[in-house]
Order: sequence, then structure tokens, then C-alpha cells
Amino acid sequence: MVDSAIVVKDLKKSYGDFLAVNEISFEVLSGEIFALLGANGAGKTTTLEILEGHRNRTSGDVTVLGYDPGKKEQNMSMRVGIVLQETGIEPYLKVEEVLKQFSGFYNNPRNITEVIEATGLKDQIKTPVRKLSGGQRRRVDVALGLIGDPDLIFLDEPTTGFDPSARRDAWSMISNLKSLGKTVILTTHYMDEAEYLSDRIALMVHGKIERMGTTRELINSESNTTIEFSLSDTNKLLPEAITRIAEINGNLVSIITNSPTGILGELTHWAIENSLELDDLSVRRSSLEDLFLKVVGSEDSAT
Amino acid sequence: MKQLQLALRQIKYENTAFWRNPPAAFFTFIFPLIFLVLFNAIFGDDEIPIESGVVPGSNFYIPSIIALSVISASYTNLAMTLTDSRDSGILKKIRGTPLTPWAFMVGKILFTTFISLLLVAIVLTFGVLFYNVTLPNDSLLVFITALLIGTITFSCLGIAITTVIRNADAAPAIVNASILPLFFISDIFIPQTLAPQWIKTLADIFPVKPFVVTLQSSFNPFDTRVVFETLDLATMGIWFAIGLIVALRFFSWEPRR
Repeated sequence: MVDSAIVVKDLKKSYGDFLAVNEISFEVLSGEIFALLGANGAGKTTTLEILEGHRNRTSGDVTVLGYDPGKKEQNMSMRVGIVLQETGIEPYLKVEEVLKQFSGFYNNPRNITEVIEATGLKDQIKTPVRKLSGGQRRRVDVALGLIGDPDLIFLDEPTTGFDPSARRDAWSMISNLKSLGKTVILTTHYMDEAEYLSDRIALMVHGKIERMGTTRELINSESNTTIEFSLSDTNKLLPEAITRIAEINGNLVSIITNSPTGILGELTHWAIENSLELDDLSVRRSSLEDLFLKVVGSEDSAT
Repeated sequence: MKQLQLALRQIKYENTAFWRNPPAAFFTFIFPLIFLVLFNAIFGDDEIPIESGVVPGSNFYIPSIIALSVISASYTNLAMTLTDSRDSGILKKIRGTPLTPWAFMVGKILFTTFISLLLVAIVLTFGVLFYNVTLPNDSLLVFITALLIGTITFSCLGIAITTVIRNADAAPAIVNASILPLFFISDIFIPQTLAPQWIKTLADIFPVKPFVVTLQSSFNPFDTRVVFETLDLATMGIWFAIGLIVALRFFSWEPRR
């Protein structure tokens, strides 16, 4: 049986009249990567900071590795690594010094050289933090989150501000954590990141969890294939079966469907018969982004 | 036990960071030394009347500048650096680690004490070498105790004042506005024997004057007392308590916006 690293039940957080987190419940299993997604202000960071012990909850039950984060127990901090959304590192210390300083806080820290390797900071160890670029500073943040060799790691938008190759490096580092048996809970604005990394996802909208499940489940929960092409000659009439489900924008035709094979068959058959070329034809699996836009978009227009 | 070790270990990192930040080091060290040289150059040879008698100018200004040094190293410096660390998220990050809040603060205060004592040593050395001041031998114990009480009290007040500082940009204004006027009415820059009574009464309410007066009396050849005035000690004690309570109750580890 896999046990839960985090159990959240009916968690609520309000600021005056504003409900930042509205009775959410979820579990994060040991050894999985769990992503909290949502638009800005959806309550992701508030939720994360309650789990970290940085914020007090209004009501509900929360356990993190068996501890109540509201009590700010030292035994919990020993086993948890926190990468906050905003970095805060003593600017006048060198990377190596900060890592040494923080490693001293823990009973069983990870080897500093190992953490430096894992976060790609080898060339910066002697650089004062204030002289680092934004992306490099972010890596130091992550390194500080890993230095205590935590069982559970909180990553609040870990790759914001990274260039694409740095992001790939970060992804492989995070996947590595999972292979070491660590539990990771992360928030991100990059859907490809969530899709690539996470085992399970909770999608938050206005303080509530709207969708939750494995990444595959979520993607498949929507019509899962998008077919697009442009039709140069709009005078030609598309077959009835296609016009019924297609969305036509100028000469761009897009079809979202669960049975792409049949649709494509019909479409190509029609094109060949009429000796037409389907320009810019693309067939792609629907992504998490499509789901995100659909769920977040529809909620926004409803309020 | 481990936390006490960590508190001591923090001193090393505080120290490294401190000296790599030239403006902070400059204000803490050079500022008092400039005052020391200026006041001694202008008034060093004059006879200065204080409450317990007339003393040579240097015997007035050396303890004054010692008080100024201790206050700027503890109150000013702590208030500024803590606000800065708070607003840049350093404190929040520390709070998420197993380092306990008190170990962090004890480390800060111990480092502050170290800087204060270093400054006092420099000012004293200047006094002995260039301004004919003799060390307060018979009241040495009072002198040292006063220094320690002063450092701890003004450290606590420095931590406490951060609770009313909204952000790091406002820190210099609030810190200076709260302490500079007290320097003027508390026998640090100018002797207050000729000041109107209400100024004296006002100064007596705040912790700067009792601190300065105690240090001065330990340098005053005519003042033979070897214990604290109860009232001075009580005033500082009350301010220490106020600082401690406010700090414990309202100190914020999160950036304020």
C-alpha cells in the first residue's frame, strides 16, 4: 500500500470576505509528483503555503508527512524542502557559502557538491548571490530546497524565468527526485511542464479544485484529438458530417473529436474526390493546455 | 543544544555578509568615527559642564561616541538589515528551515554585540592614544555592564521597530527619525546642562540618555560611584521589556506589501 505524504480535507482559507481557498480536499501519495494548476489568484500558492507552514488555515484538516504544518514543528522542517515562489537569499554570500550555511540546519543534509551538480551551479559556486542572473538565483533556491535531503519537496513555480534549455534541465532534475523516491508537489503556469512531470494534477479555479486525476485521465477527459487544415477554396462544400462538428474561422477549419480515424477517412476521401489539397493539415492530441483553457475560461466567463 | 551551536554558527555568516556590504559597514563604522574626530577636534580641549561636574571635552565625547556606536551598531543596523531581509524574502526562507526563530535572532544579536564591542574598542583606542582619556578603571564593571545592557536593549528595540516599518525603502527614514532627535537631547552631541527642563524630562523618558549618562559617569574623574543609578537601570529595563514584547508579538517573517 502506498501511503499519503499529504492529506488535505475541507481546507479553507479566507482573508476577510475573500475566500482564497474554498473547502478543497486532496491527497498526495508518497513518491509521486503532484501538480497544482490554475490561473493567477486561483489559490495555488495559498494552498502550498498552508502546507509548508507559512500560513495558517481558516479551517479544515491538513497533515504533511504526518505533521500538522500549522504547529510549525521542527521535525517536519527537517524532512521538507521548500522552494518559495519568490527567491530570498542573502545577496552578499557566495553560492557555496549559502549552501553550507543551510546544510548546517539539517540533521542529515545532502552532499553539497552533489546538490551543486544536480542544480547545474558548478560554475557559480564562488559567485556572490547578488551577481547571479534570475535563472541562476532560482537554481540556488532549488538547491537550498534540496540541501536537507527532504522526503517531500514543495516547488512553487520552480522554472519561471528559465530559458527552454534550463527548463529541460530542471525537468530532468525533478524527475530524478522522483526516482530517488521523493514526493514533489509543484505549481506551474506551464502546461507542458505539468504534463511532462506530474503523475497527478489538481486544477484549481477560484479557490476550488475543478478537476483532479492522473495527467492522462485529465487530458483524455476532453475530446482528445484536434484536426486542423485550411481550405483555400471556400466555395467547395464540406461533407455534412464534418460541417456539423467543425469550427470554421475564415478558411481555417478545426475539428475536435474523440474518433479521429473516421473523420479523417471521410475528410481525405472527400478531398481526393474533389481533387483538393488539405493545406496545413495537422492532427494532434489535445493537450493539458486545451483542458486548462476550457475549464479556466468557462469559469471566468461564468462569473 | 544544536540550536545554540547554530546560533553561534550564524555569526560567521552574518559577519561575512556584513563586511561585503560596504554601505552598511560604512554607516556602522565610519559614521561614529567621523563624529569622534569632529567633536574632539572642535570641543576636545574645552571644559564641558555635565550634571556631576565639569569634565574635559574628550571625557565627555569619548563615552558619547561609544554610546552612539553601540546604538548605531545595534538599533540602526538591526532595524535596517532585518527589514531588508524581511522584504527580500530571506526571513521567510529561513523560517521554512529547521533553524528556529530564536536561534536566528540570537545569532543576529550576538553578531551585533560583537560589532558593538569592536567599535567600542576602536573608539577607546582613539581616546587613549589621541585624546588623553584614561580607561575607567574603578568603574570598569559598570562600564562593561552598561555596554552589554545597552547592546541588548537597543538590539531588542531595533527588532521591535521593524514592526512599524512598512518596507525596506521606508527603513532609513523611520529609523533615523526615531533615533537622531534622541541623540541631540540625550547628551551625545551637546551637553544638556543648559537645556530647558522639558527637554531634560523628555530625554529621561527614552533609553538613550540613561545609557549615555551611565557611560559618561564611568569616565568622569569626579564621579566615584561604582553602581548604576536605579532610575537609569529601570528606564532601560522598561524599554528592553517593551522592545521584547513588541518583537515577540508583532515581528513579521513575511515580506510586507
